[in-house]
Amino acid sequence: MSMSKIVRAAADIIFVFILTFGFYIVAHGHLTPGGGFQGGAVIATGFVLLIAAYGSRALLDRFGKEWFRSSEALGLLVFIGTAFVALFLGATFFANWLANGGLIFGEAVAFGPNPGDLNTGGVIPIMNIAVGIEVLGALSLIVLYMLSGTEEGA
Amino acid sequence: MIAMIAHTLVLVGLVIAAALVFRFRDLLSAAIAFGVFSFLLSLEFYILQAPDVAIAEAGIGAGLTTAIYMVAIKGTERTEAEE
Repeated sequence: MSMSKIVRAAADIIFVFILTFGFYIVAHGHLTPGGGFQGGAVIATGFVLLIAAYGSRALLDRFGKEWFRSSEALGLLVFIGTAFVALFLGATFFANWLANGGLIFGEAVAFGPNPGDLNTGGVIPIMNIAVGIEVLGALSLIVLYMLSGTEEGA
Repeated sequence: MIAMIAHTLVLVGLVIAAALVFRFRDLLSAAIAFGVFSFLLSLEFYILQAPDVAIAEAGIGAGLTTAIYMVAIKGTERTEAEE
């Protein structure tokens, strides 16, 4: 079941902005309010908007439940994998092995009040991104499974 | 002063929206009223300087929960049963 053309056109436009805002919240999780969970919830809201405008059939034809299930599993694996790498490097579980290393996200944090540098934080941005991927898959799956209980999405 | 008035308006709106959730016999209207309640609650969180919680409340409360309630209403009855 899909809504009228006006609703579908508006959903097409708004979906882009919801996605951009969601990924902004995820990527800036270590600098500004928000983080993986909040950003993932915002992105999942965008998918729910698409389901409301086009019906679950159209979304499932494009992505499928497997897509969301794998994104949930991938996020969790990256999260726990990042924690285990610290164990193999001789540090404690969940140690911040990327901080101040000069690699990705490895810049040292500037002293005093500053606007914030995206390239800091070590493993914290990576774990935020992992949680964001996990939450967007999981919350979209909740709505899809709720819909499969009704006759429309079965 | 302006912030005080805005804060009071949000609090009054919260109470009205919460009362409407109980007043409506049409469950779809009640779900919409609950969405308005969640939106005002996220504004209240922002006024109380918890923007982190405000984003979560706006995404989960106003967005996903309303959609899940609507799916549930679609799968069951639209109006509340009479006593």
